[in-house]
Amino acid sequence: MNRMADMRREFKPADYKSSVKPVWCPGCGDHSVLLMFQRALAELALPPEQVAIVSGIGCSSRIPAYTNCYGFHGVHGRSLPLATGLKVARPDLTVIVASGDGDGFSIGGNHFLHACRRNIDVTYIVMDNRIYGMTKGQPSPTTEPDWETDIAPEGTGVTPFHPLVIALASGANFIARGFSGDLAGCTRLIVEAVRWPGFSFVQILSPCVTFRADQQKAWREQVRKAVVPETDDPARAARRLMTDDGFNTGILYRGKREAYRQQPFGDCDPSFLEAEFEV
Amino acid sequence: MITSGEAVSLSIALTGSGGAGVMTAGQLLLEAATRCGLYGLMTRSTGPQIRGGEAAAMVRLSPKVVQSPGDRFDVLLALDFDNVQRFAAELPLDSSGLIIADPAAGDIPAFLRASGARVAQVPMAKLAKSVSGGRSAMIALGVLARLIGLPEQAVSDAVAASIGRRKPEALAASEEALQLGSAHAPDVTIPRLATPASKPQGRWSISGNEATGYGAIRGGVKFVGGYPITPATEILEWMAGALPQCGGALVQAEDELASINMVMGASFGGAPALTATAGPGLSLMIESLGLAVASETPIVVVDVMRSGPSTGIATKSEQSDLNIAVYGLHGDAPHVVTAPLSISDCLLTAQWSVHLAESLQTPVIVLSDQSIGQARAVIDRPKEISFGTRRLTPTEPIDNYARYAATESGVSPMSIPGQRCGQYTADGLTHNARGVPSSQAQDHVEQLHKRQHKLDAFDFSTHWAEIDGQGELALLTWGSSSEPLREAIEIARSQGINVKLIALRLISPPQPALLARALEGVRRVLVIEQSHGAQFWRYLRAYYDLPAEVVSIACPGPLPIRPGEVLAHIQKGASA
Ligand SMILES: Cc1ncc(C[n+]2csc(CCOP(=O)(O)OP(=O)(O)O)c2C)c(N)n1
Ligand code: SF4
Ligand SMILES: [Mg+2]
Repeated sequence: MNRMADMRREFKPADYKSSVKPVWCPGCGDHSVLLMFQRALAELALPPEQVAIVSGIGCSSRIPAYTNCYGFHGVHGRSLPLATGLKVARPDLTVIVASGDGDGFSIGGNHFLHACRRNIDVTYIVMDNRIYGMTKGQPSPTTEPDWETDIAPEGTGVTPFHPLVIALASGANFIARGFSGDLAGCTRLIVEAVRWPGFSFVQILSPCVTFRADQQKAWREQVRKAVVPETDDPARAARRLMTDDGFNTGILYRGKREAYRQQPFGDCDPSFLEAEFEV
Repeated sequence: MITSGEAVSLSIALTGSGGAGVMTAGQLLLEAATRCGLYGLMTRSTGPQIRGGEAAAMVRLSPKVVQSPGDRFDVLLALDFDNVQRFAAELPLDSSGLIIADPAAGDIPAFLRASGARVAQVPMAKLAKSVSGGRSAMIALGVLARLIGLPEQAVSDAVAASIGRRKPEALAASEEALQLGSAHAPDVTIPRLATPASKPQGRWSISGNEATGYGAIRGGVKFVGGYPITPATEILEWMAGALPQCGGALVQAEDELASINMVMGASFGGAPALTATAGPGLSLMIESLGLAVASETPIVVVDVMRSGPSTGIATKSEQSDLNIAVYGLHGDAPHVVTAPLSISDCLLTAQWSVHLAESLQTPVIVLSDQSIGQARAVIDRPKEISFGTRRLTPTEPIDNYARYAATESGVSPMSIPGQRCGQYTADGLTHNARGVPSSQAQDHVEQLHKRQHKLDAFDFSTHWAEIDGQGELALLTWGSSSEPLREAIEIARSQGINVKLIALRLISPPQPALLARALEGVRRVLVIEQSHGAQFWRYLRAYYDLPAEVVSIACPGPLPIRPGEVLAHIQKGASA
């Protein structure tokens, strides 16, 4: 397929959908996120074979197989390093990483810091439901301290993690928050995130209808479009986050850092390296 | 007891406090000898300190290629005695040896005196002080070069090439110190090496870790993700310099969980990829190795083994990661484990391992170790080998693609992102032939079988082992233990004892038919390895039919297996 012909290809959301039926519970926010992926990719007009969706483990992390892109459903918590290796080897691909609050902020927390810091040109989408859905309802790093679960009958008593603050402090180049109930608005965030160079982080509040039955309704009432415009100044972004209650949606920050290494790999005859061994 | 007295080789140890310059002096001695047409080996021993502490450079010179330590030292030159007792077990000396000591260093420690070795005193520190910017280590080099009989020109050329390049201002002082050392060499004789007739040509000076790096690049590796760890770091550092010149890249990961996933990501993208680590890092990588097996993603993981368990002795060798490499993964997870047989063999083994990973779409664990990784040898330029490595990819246009379709070989075409209609999701979940997650028994069994079958059906016979000689007695070993065995067998043969050597380069998957053929006519087998738990012997017992008479000789690290010990076992084995 040559480039000219490729440019004439047109894409509809359905072109990014696979025939695999999602395992998600009816009403789970992740269904909407899948739809957003399809719409965003169609808007970006990316050939499905030029997109790779990489994930870890969790309900949210099941998303790659439901798309018609290349996918890698890895082990729990390690999607970002997988995506890093892929993007360094193949800068021509569009790499989107899908994760959950447990996968991305708990077991994979360290990789989150370093992916932000490295500023690799990938888009990191975390479907945050403030719970471990797949393992049937344990607290995650974003769960409220008084949320009662079997494993923490009186709540964890532990202050939740603020992923946007961490992303900003660690050097992410694009930071946004969306809500799975806002199909159009959140699709827009994904499009912008993919377009923006460097490491783009989008937290999507995506309710777990099974283990946090109250979430969907409550969040619909709580989320609001952020009134303050986005900024490229990390200090302003930090000040805004100080008063953020976790429900302001939209783009918070768009930085100007150059993305990590982008040269494509090449071929060569390595025998010139032998000179250093010759005596 | 074999003696190197007939100057088959000459072993020299230089010891001193860390920072005293013994490593540089040892390296220069090896380089000077190389210029005179000798072959040689330099191994290093250091304590845990980052700076200071104790250091020993052990140099073995010979008119023939030598790739493992000898039985004893002909010369021990000590710049000081501060920490020398820590090397007691590593520096075998006997009455025909020579100790060169500095009177300023005080009394010679009892364990050294007890060896009965001759003693010569040279006031190295004092001589060094008489030269502005002079260093004792350079005086020592002058002394040793003179005793060995290396031409002064060769030594000063080596010094000029090394120090002149790095620190030109120190060159004059080094030259002066060398000459002073030479002039004050004690009037004693040490065994003479035969002077090689021909000038060295087409020789390489290379460490095992460099050879691994270069072998991997020859095999086509473009991407390395790695996290620093002794004794594997030099592979990463060497490749960090080399890869960008070859159109590839290295990324320093935040930990080993990241490095192995980075290499999987790169490989998924079509770039042959490798990571290098040691036992602690391999332990962290195990879960993701299972993912590489299940998703059939080719990767190479080099484990430069060190003494374990846990942090163990980071700077010293042991062959004790065989169990984790073979059995560490959960589930039924067939994969490949290889092991280089010597410093020079790191090149072939790394290159072959990339070929295996790419051809079989599976992870390959390469078990190198500190004793070969961090040692440097002068070798003949290795033969060029090409495996014509190519990953099997689907031919385009792709139609009705099934990534994990059962094929005759078990290897199915792996599409590369960008290939139209080749989209699939690589998955650690049990999946069907199309890669779609499945929890059905039939899919599970079919894919388990496919992954086992691709290894069973592959022909490993070209490089699975090195087999040498004939005899009713065979030594069976693996990896870096092979070299001292080879040397012992050569001596045994000169004494009229026929011994066969079987050194396995392929640990897993096991090759019972190939070994059975190699063992034809063998009555008695000595299984020799460097592990306390006899891991190799137990592994052989699980998968191979061995002759009735098998003796397990399992020596823990960190002390090297020496040819003399092996020879004693051979002599006992042959007469039994
Ligand atoms: C190494 C490892 N530990 C534990 C698990 C079990 N596990 C599977 S998913 C999960 C949590 C997922 O939570 P999250 O990322 O929030 O995803 P969600 O299901 O909520 O979308 C855990 C602990 C695992 N798969 N692997
Ligand atoms: S358990 Fe929760 S997160 Fe998982 S699919 Fe069901 S609703 Fe979604
Ligand atoms: Mg969750």
